[in-house]
Amino acid sequence: MSNERIVGIDLGTTNSLVAHMEGERPVVIPGEDGSNLLPSVVALDENGQIVVGNPARKYLIETPEHAVYSVKRLMGRGVEDIQDELKLFPFRLADDLAPGEVLRIKLGDKTFTPPEISAFILRQLKRNAERYFGAPVTKAVITVPAYFNDAQRQATKDAGRIAGLEVLRLVNEPTAASLAYGLDKQQNGTVAVYDLGGGTFDISILKLHEGIFEVIATNGDTHLGGDDIDNLLIAIALDDIHGDLGVDVRRNAEIVQAIRKAVIEAKIALSSNDATTLDVELPPGRRYQREITRQQFEQLIQPIIERTVGPVKQALKDADLKPKDMDEAVLVGGSTRIPRVRLLVEELFQRMPHSDLNPDEVVALGAAVQANILSGGSEATKEMLLLDVTPLSLGIESLGGGVVRIIHRNSTIPASANEHFTTGVEGQTNVAIHVVQGERELAKDCRSLARFDLKGIPPMPAGLPRIEVKFLIDANGILHVSARELRSGKEAEIEVQPSYGLTDEQVENMILESFDYAEEDFRQRQVIEARNEAETMLAALEKGRNNPAWEQLSSQEQTDINKLEAALRAVMKEADYQAIRSAIDVLNQATMHLAELMMDSAVSSALKGKDMATADVGEGPASPHPIAQAEIK
Amino acid sequence: MPQTQDKSAKDSGIFVVSHGKPAQANCWSCGAMRAAHFCQQCGKVQPPVPADYFAFFGLPYKLNLEPARLEREFYDLSRHLHPDINAIKSEREQEWALEQSSHLNDAYRTLKDPITRTEYLLRLQGVQLEEQSKAATEEARRTGKLKKQVVPPDLLEEVFELNMQLEEMRMNKKMGESDRNLERQLEDAKKHLQAKYDGMMQALSGAWGEWDALVDRAERGETVLEEDRLAARDKMVEVLNRRNYLRNLLRDIDEVLGG
Repeated sequence: MSNERIVGIDLGTTNSLVAHMEGERPVVIPGEDGSNLLPSVVALDENGQIVVGNPARKYLIETPEHAVYSVKRLMGRGVEDIQDELKLFPFRLADDLAPGEVLRIKLGDKTFTPPEISAFILRQLKRNAERYFGAPVTKAVITVPAYFNDAQRQATKDAGRIAGLEVLRLVNEPTAASLAYGLDKQQNGTVAVYDLGGGTFDISILKLHEGIFEVIATNGDTHLGGDDIDNLLIAIALDDIHGDLGVDVRRNAEIVQAIRKAVIEAKIALSSNDATTLDVELPPGRRYQREITRQQFEQLIQPIIERTVGPVKQALKDADLKPKDMDEAVLVGGSTRIPRVRLLVEELFQRMPHSDLNPDEVVALGAAVQANILSGGSEATKEMLLLDVTPLSLGIESLGGGVVRIIHRNSTIPASANEHFTTGVEGQTNVAIHVVQGERELAKDCRSLARFDLKGIPPMPAGLPRIEVKFLIDANGILHVSARELRSGKEAEIEVQPSYGLTDEQVENMILESFDYAEEDFRQRQVIEARNEAETMLAALEKGRNNPAWEQLSSQEQTDINKLEAALRAVMKEADYQAIRSAIDVLNQATMHLAELMMDSAVSSALKGKDMATADVGEGPASPHPIAQAEIK
Repeated sequence: MPQTQDKSAKDSGIFVVSHGKPAQANCWSCGAMRAAHFCQQCGKVQPPVPADYFAFFGLPYKLNLEPARLEREFYDLSRHLHPDINAIKSEREQEWALEQSSHLNDAYRTLKDPITRTEYLLRLQGVQLEEQSKAATEEARRTGKLKKQVVPPDLLEEVFELNMQLEEMRMNKKMGESDRNLERQLEDAKKHLQAKYDGMMQALSGAWGEWDALVDRAERGETVLEEDRLAARDKMVEVLNRRNYLRNLLRDIDEVLGG
């Protein structure tokens, strides 16, 4: 592996970030607009081009059916799972969706699967990183909620692939946060990470010891976050408007989005003020205003925050620890800025929680640390190692519909289990295994992970074959299955039908389709290359200035060169690669004489007998400039 | 005259002591003498070899162990075997790391907990514990078949009485009736059984001591009679079965009282 940098990415419900290790500390890579946070909003503009982040937010309000947000809530899920989401979020599903098919969402007149939408966000982050480094980025560590199941993890990996990123590792968000925290504090102890984001809640209990971050237990709720708080306030506003003004604006997507924007602003304001006003313009020319006090807000959101208590208690129970056994409680996720949430964490763990690391950035920073560890580690990280767990028990559906648990929740991963099966019918050559995830006793109440068809079993009397199936949960928390018939020693062929996922073929197609959106990537690559060349040019010019040949130029020539150098420096800051290239050309022309002078002295001293025609003067911007080559010693 | 089983247990390989001594093979990377999982010289992960959990940690087949020492060994092995540490290595090293570390985690999880450690050792000894699990209970209830279960003889009377009370309680609940007296009786039974259950860990500890003493003797080269080994082994089986049985009874009572 080369020096290619591996980045850490937080693919969040509300915001996404990319970060990397710079020396001893992780650092977030900003976007072109200088902002560290990229809103996880994707829109289709008037020209059918994809827009991501802040620019996409205006589409959310003006043309909501051309935009989508919080797509993380749909990753790895089927239509049956998202009925609640459909009631609360303006997701528009494709009309021709067949049951059991992967979800597709409408954006204008196009449809995309959730991994494709996430891929647009990842692609933007990839561009930001490439711009920052001036070099390609193809490898990343991406974070997922600890409580994400296999299908949700697989969908995240697929999104990475579609975006042109090799996902080296999926890291659980609270674990990533603990890495950033651990690197910062350098202390041993037991830590509880309370992560309340836009759409998911995770609680993880970890033991930090001499650089080892061992997760003891984890729990959470993948349908719980800041979005739910927003939706509560939106519902109240809609009711108010209906009641006071007699207008039902529920169906008006633009107004609902405007209300949502106001609600979010109010929510944020209430973290530092005791009261605020919800203020929404209702076309044509009316206004909805309502004062909310912090007290009212806290009463309203209590049931939502209450939902985090159950998972916390369960995690502590699984860890066989009491709140007082924690040395620290760490807050992660934007929603932990709400004073009432902080108070709850303080009550739950009987101590003041830590929030000195930015709760919006800490996960991305931790991902960057993990990326560093994976690439071989550095001085800062060489003693660090993450030992994470699988959050959900893995089981096989047994005859009768029960579940036989083969890998228990909170097992350190990688983890494996071997199970033995046999056939029920004479000559049976296939065995079907239904794998589920969850803690319930009946398979139908658990999450269907996949159906595995073991094929190619040598025909034998019923009950005779001994099929050993090995289940392996890898370091990403994703399941792999292999099988062997022990009597014949034959490897069984396994056909996997993921319950909510994309097949390899589908992902391949999406990667191909995504090249249509790579136009932007191409443009950016041109800009990077042009800038690199400009740098080379300018460095050579510096050497030229220090060369005695410089004094031989007329003052007019010197002035011209200086002016053009300044112009090149200025245009390099823009993203117009053609303008950069012309500026390079023009400067090149202006420094021809200088180059000849330098060449002459070099030639006369080192290349005696050759003339200008044979000296390599170069042919234009694409080939090395003579000044750059005047390094003949 | 019947032959007494005088065969030394040492011969049957049961008490083979394994301290993770290097096999006679060299590290594929630097040639140094190969350690069990990673080369002591150059640190490179080695291809996995079949090993039971005790052998994996280089531990003798004894039931008492120092949790702190096991944890230290687990952390140290993790630092060498984990896929994260081997992420930029060759593909086969990555495969080995995946297999080795899953084996390591499985081994640690099993050996760390006193009950699973005991069950595992017994399994190595060829013993399958009885079908005391909840799943088996459910299955039996559902299909109406009797499940394989042996009532500890000294509890026979108590269990008979208890089962009658539980049945009566279930009937009451179905009818929507309540019997305070019966409830109190069940609560008393629960307290009594709970105390017995809590005493199980100590009983197990005692059984461990007997087994470990035999292992020590074998290590010293002394003769260990087969019948002694079987007796120590069966003692542990009995304690575990008893413990499982009590746990199931307590669960049944909780189910009925919990409503």
